[in-house]
Amino acid sequence: MTEKMFMQALGMGIAEEMRADPKVFLMGEDVRASVYGAAAGLHDEFGDDRILNTPLSENGFFGAAVGAAAVGMRPVVETLTSFMWVGMDQLVSQAAKMRYMFGGQATLPVVYRAVMYYGGGSAAHHSDRSYPVFMNIGGLKVVTPGTPADAKGLMKTAIRDDDPVIIFEDGTLLGTRGDVPDEPDFFVPFGVANILREGTDVTLVAIAGSVPHALAAAKELASEGVSVEVIDPRTLVPLDKETILSSVAKTGRLVVADPAAKVCSAASEIMSIVGEEAFWDLQAPMQKAASKQVHIPFAQSLEKLVYPSKEGIAESIRKTLD
Amino acid sequence: MTLNIEKDVLMLMLERMWRIRHFELKLTEMYGAGEIGGVHLYIGQEAVAVGACAAMDDSDYIAGNHRSHGHPIAKGANLKKAMAEIFGRIDGYCKGKGGSMHLADFSVGILGESGIVASSVPVATGAALASKLEGKKFVSAVFFGDGASNQGACHESMNLASVWNLPTIFICENNQYAVTTSYRDTVAVEHISDRAQAYNMPGVLVDGQDAIAMYEATREAVRRARNGEGPTLIEALTYRFEEHSLGLEKIRKSVYREDKEIDEWRLRDPLEILTKNIVDTGMATQAECDAVSTAVQVEVEEAAEFARNSPFPDESELYKDMFSSEMPVV
Ligand SMILES: Cc1ncc(C[n+]2csc(CCOP(=O)(O)OP(=O)(O)O)c2C)c(N)n1
Ligand SMILES: [Mg+2]
Repeated sequence: MTEKMFMQALGMGIAEEMRADPKVFLMGEDVRASVYGAAAGLHDEFGDDRILNTPLSENGFFGAAVGAAAVGMRPVVETLTSFMWVGMDQLVSQAAKMRYMFGGQATLPVVYRAVMYYGGGSAAHHSDRSYPVFMNIGGLKVVTPGTPADAKGLMKTAIRDDDPVIIFEDGTLLGTRGDVPDEPDFFVPFGVANILREGTDVTLVAIAGSVPHALAAAKELASEGVSVEVIDPRTLVPLDKETILSSVAKTGRLVVADPAAKVCSAASEIMSIVGEEAFWDLQAPMQKAASKQVHIPFAQSLEKLVYPSKEGIAESIRKTLD
Repeated sequence: MTLNIEKDVLMLMLERMWRIRHFELKLTEMYGAGEIGGVHLYIGQEAVAVGACAAMDDSDYIAGNHRSHGHPIAKGANLKKAMAEIFGRIDGYCKGKGGSMHLADFSVGILGESGIVASSVPVATGAALASKLEGKKFVSAVFFGDGASNQGACHESMNLASVWNLPTIFICENNQYAVTTSYRDTVAVEHISDRAQAYNMPGVLVDGQDAIAMYEATREAVRRARNGEGPTLIEALTYRFEEHSLGLEKIRKSVYREDKEIDEWRLRDPLEILTKNIVDTGMATQAECDAVSTAVQVEVEEAAEFARNSPFPDESELYKDMFSSEMPVV
């Protein structure tokens, strides 16, 4: 174990997989210079042939990654979450649908790394948290690491996975630190939630950047005598609903903290599953601590009102106890 | 007349063109009988796919579009599986999950077709990227229409293929209309092949009714691609004899094209042109050429019977193939 930043952990995961398999390569805009950070050092180690700077053509190179994967390569594509809209056709019409539409003939081991900046005064065009959109599409695995260790372990699993994966690299977490296993055989499996804190009174599911806020809120509630269980699903597709359902069976209360806008969010889906499958376990209405349903305003005075904060999450927890 | 092309290539082209023609004539008949829904016919354009694919190897890849019965058949797809797919049956290429617009056969290098116009162009470009990164020799060709040529995906892919010097062959089938809109109203240059200049690659304008011309142009593009000389844009000037899709015949009564224009292009039937060229060389007689057509008709009838008798996929197929391994149903 070594203490690492989340961003370094992502890079470690990519580098280890590139060492392990010559079919893995990284492409994206300005990746050689690692403008977004996680690819630091990769160009020095792997050179021009495996670290490809692309033109600004998201539709073109998202699709080229699909084609390269279809014939046996394992591309890793770097982009910003907000730029995925530009290449959406290739993500949806090709990456997500090819296997099914062609009756299982296409195997597409491609990873899209969506760097997810928000919260830093970047306004509406650079602040998207769009993972719920991709949960809805189907055929794509949707990964949202919440800790540095998971950033590495999920990245490695994503690169070895035979399906298209989108890994959302939460910008608010990139600078967070934590212990990261050094071993190259450290993998975090998809579809297995992480219980970050055990508790008995309220289940708090926290996604991506809301993980630290959720842990802080749980700590605060503990001082008030409320025991909160914090669960990070880590992957939204596949979703480990059993861990969530068994926690709710124990606590009878559910709060979901989700940085995505609240309508049709990941929180919406998780709450709908609990509503359908565990309604009688609930002792109070479920609470959604998601972002407000607005575009991201530039002014800090407004932006800070949008995302789920420690205070907002704590407030939601208290509501379940009223 | 002498030709720099072997007899077996010519006869293979003739056979594959007849396979497409009879396959689609059969589909037209079946549509009339209510056996299948509307599909996009390739009749009139057969020389483009067949000439191009004849210049490629089995290990090369192609991708097509919505008007794509011709491309897989030209690359060597099996008529039974293709017909069964159009019937939505379990024995179809995609187990009935793709249908007429998605006749993929990965085993013979057909990376599939796309119902979203131009969407397979980046995918084919990516297959060429893999070839280059791995130091392989295979090339990748993509067929797209004049309408598709206006999509960003096409422009992005041509630029990408050129700056990365990829073995991609962009084959624009200019059948002159996108549904009812003439390319003259939507393309700013005189010829779509002129756009190649902007991407610093050769742009070749070919008579798309002439399979031999298509074969020769593609052979040169393949040679360049395999030699590491980069991509080529081929514009095949051709014509769609039928309406945009079966079921849209009423459009012809509208004003977007004159009957006279259709009649003139029908005089340039690609099958007649190839047959005449073969007979003129003395490599085969008219009777030998006719025999190819007759034999293919039998094959098409067998494919139709096969498709009719194949079962529909059952419920157990519904969730299969969403992912590479089984996932819990949500
Ligand atoms: C992105 C997209 N826009 C519109 C359509 C509807 N559409 C299907 S085929 C077609 C015309 C395509 O024209 P062209 O590329 O010239 O091919 P052709 O049909 O002539 O073979 C249109 C508009 C579509 N399928 N996809
Ligand atoms: Mg057209």
